[in-house]
This record gives sequence, C-alpha cells and structure tokens, in this order.
Amino acid sequence: MIDVRDIHKSFGDAHILKGISTTFEKGKTNLIIGQSGSGKTVFLKCLLGLFEPEEGGIAYDGKLYADLSDEEKRDLRQEMGMVFQGSALFDSMTVEGNVMFPLEMFTKQSKSEMKERVDAVLKRVNLIDAHHKFPSEISGGMQKRVAIARAIVMNPKYLFCDEPNSGLDPKTAILIDDLIKEITEEYNITTVINTHDMNSVMQIGEKIIFLKDGLLEWEGTKNEIFKTDNEAVTNFVYSSDLFKKVRQMYIQEQN
Amino acid sequence: MNYLASVGSYAIMIREVFKKPTKWRIMKSLIFKEIDELIFSSLGIIIFISFFIGAVVAIQTALNLTNPLIPRNLIGFATRQSVILEFAPTFVSIIMAGKVGSYITSSIGTMRVTEQIDALEVMGVNSLNYLVFPKIIAMLFYPFAIAISMYVGIFGGWMAGVFGGFLTSEDFITGLQTDFVPFHIAYAFVKTLIFAFVIATIPSFHGFYMRGGALEVGKASTTAFVWTSVVIIILNYILTQLLLG
Repeated sequence: MIDVRDIHKSFGDAHILKGISTTFEKGKTNLIIGQSGSGKTVFLKCLLGLFEPEEGGIAYDGKLYADLSDEEKRDLRQEMGMVFQGSALFDSMTVEGNVMFPLEMFTKQSKSEMKERVDAVLKRVNLIDAHHKFPSEISGGMQKRVAIARAIVMNPKYLFCDEPNSGLDPKTAILIDDLIKEITEEYNITTVINTHDMNSVMQIGEKIIFLKDGLLEWEGTKNEIFKTDNEAVTNFVYSSDLFKKVRQMYIQEQN
Repeated sequence: MNYLASVGSYAIMIREVFKKPTKWRIMKSLIFKEIDELIFSSLGIIIFISFFIGAVVAIQTALNLTNPLIPRNLIGFATRQSVILEFAPTFVSIIMAGKVGSYITSSIGTMRVTEQIDALEVMGVNSLNYLVFPKIIAMLFYPFAIAISMYVGIFGGWMAGVFGGFLTSEDFITGLQTDFVPFHIAYAFVKTLIFAFVIATIPSFHGFYMRGGALEVGKASTTAFVWTSVVIIILNYILTQLLLG
C-alpha cells in the first residue's frame, strides 16, 4: 500500500503539486488521470522517489520515504518496477539481456537461476520466441511486454506504469491493460498507472484519481466515474461523443 | 554565469561517477566493451592520419631546408619533435574528441531521450557510474593508441623522406637520435592521460544532462566536440608551460 500525505512539489516559481493526499491499495490497479500539465508525471516521479516533495510525505507499507536511509531507499527502489511510456528498453541488449539486467545487478543468482526466472516472466507476458531479439527487431506491443517482464522480474511490491498503452493499436492496448491487471492480482502488488486512455479507465480502473492544476480533484472507482457530477471529470473523461453516449446509456440503464 | 553553473555541474557529475560502484562482474564487461568501442575501433583512423601527417611534416621540413649548411638529418629530428611533442598527443586528441566524443554524447544522449537513463535510476542503479566510469577506465588505454600514433607518424616521415629522395635512411635515423630528451615522451604521455579524461568526461556530461529529442542529441554532440577541443587546447598550453616552460 502507498499512502500519499499532502505532498507539495515546486520547480522554481511553478507550484506543480499543491497538496495531494490519497491511498493506493495493494492488489489493485490505481489510475492517475488528468489533462496535460495537471501534474501527473511529477506525481508519478514523486511516487518513484525520483523527485522528493518539499512538504508532506509518501509512505510505502507504512515506511515514510523521507525517513529512510540511503541504503533503505536503494532497497525500496529494488521493490519497485516501472514500465515507461516508450518502454525504455536498453537497445544494446537483447530481450533476454533486458529482463535479466535487474537480476544481474542486484542478486547473487547463478546464470542458470537467472535464465530460469527470465524464461518464466517472459512466458508470463506471452513472449516465448523473442529471447535473442533486440528491441529494435520487435513490435511496440512486444516491447511493452518486455518492459513489463523487466519490471516484474524482481517480484516487486509496487508497479508503476507511465502511459503503458500509448502508441499501441486498440487491440494490443487492451491486451496490455489485461496483462497489467492480471499481474497486479497474481503478484498482489500495488500498481499505479498514469494514463490518458479512457478505455483503460473503464476497463481496469479499480481506483481512479483525477488531478487538476496540481490538486486532487476527484477520486473513485470506474463505476463511480459514470455517475459523478464533477464537471471537470466529466468534461475530461467524456470529451468524445462516443463516451458521452456510453455514459448516457449507463445512466438510463441504472434508472 | 551559465558557464560557471556548467563547471559546477561537471564537478558534481565527476564526484557521482565514483560513488556507489556497479557490481564488478557487470563493470568488467562494460569496460571491455568500451575499450573495444573507444580505443580499438579508433586505431584505423589514428594510424591513417598519423602516417600521412608524419609524411607531410618530413616533406615540408625538407622543402624548407634551402641552406646547404643545415644538415639533412634535421628532417628526422623535426619529424620526431613535431610528432612526439604535439601531433600525436594533441592533434590526435582533437580528432578523437570528434570521433569518440560524438559517439559518447550521442549514445548517452539517446539513452536520456528514450528514458533508458530514467530506467536505470528507477532500478536504483547509479547511472553515472554505470555509463561514465567504464569510459574513463577504457580511456586509460588511450596512451597505447598515442604510442602507435607516434611510431606510425615517424614511420610516415621516414617513408616520405627516404622514398621522396630528400635524405637517406641513415640521415633520417641520425636525426631521430639527435638531442633526444626522454622527458619529452613522459610529457607527451602525461598530456595524453589528461586529454583522455577530458575526452571521456566532457562528452558524457553533454549527453547525460541534455534535454529534448533527436535534434538536441545532434546539437549536444556538436557542443561536446567544441568544448572538448577548447579544453584540450587550453590544457595543452597550461601543461606545456608547467612541464617544459
């Protein structure tokens, strides 16, 4: 569980996060949504420990990040997995090398143990024949799966995803969403996803927080987002005609 | 003020490079890879340029020796002094600032643009140690490349002098041995080692701290080359004054 307590973050005169408090529960897919410039990326980087908030704090399973020693912070980082928007695979390494990298870096496992673990996670993300291919030789969807495999190879407690299905076709995007949800439940990890994709919101949003101008404007579940009267949320989520119709149909159905 | 801030950031970067080392098993393979990329892959161009510059120095000297009282073996002497004192350590370093420096800036810059450096940081890896330290260690082998450059440069001078009909082989060798000061070799290698550090770190700095996209990677490579060359030229003057002045 991640407990965010009234965090503030500024860059020079720009006050980006203006006091956000929320909780991300274990075993659930937590989504952060909001318009560009709302502070989503800064918030995610604070959660990752890449930015330290000036005020407030973030507690990971009860341990406040700011109170941890440098070594404890490093250990905590090893319990985090991250899927970047562009996958961020090391292009000088093969798929197998990319997934094996955290194991080589932080464990004392033998080569055969590492290989066994890599095979298992690649199989879990449905990538069987790509071990010796380089990132440039595989599709965007496959790269995302490799990124997910690399993020979960160390059995993380926390999984962070920055726009995991951006640039993917709708079918592949759904596969990636499903995969993240399954892994979250299977590994019982706290997953936080930064997204613009409303399909993801409707499909896997067990908890959704909506940021606006550095403040938490709304939070709820995917079912609650249909009923909310919050104008900022409805304007953002139902900006397309298709989603407006879906919402109307849902409300009529409920009535 | 911006320049001062950059110098400060560079100093902080150097400190970070030596903190929290990467596992030796991984670092070892990175160092071997960098030796291959930075040193061995540059030998071809170093040999090619050294040979022809050595040859040109010999020809230019020969063509300017119009006074019959000046011995022809001066061609060998001038070639040796030019190649050992300046051409091999300094000019080859400027060429390497272009070849190796742009490779370093563009490879690290591309990693920055594609969030690969962020991925390292998130995993808890000291990205500066992982990316820059192996380059610094690999460049410790740079003096070997410069030794080859010295040898090939002098050989080029001998070829041009002897086969161009400017002097005999004996004259050239006599010139090579005239007034030889062993400290000049030490001076050349001290310069080379310092330039090696500059070639490894300044392009790394420009790649690591760049922001933007592909266009900015190109701009960072150009800026890195300019600054590496400027620093090499200034250090060359300071070191020459300190060691030979």
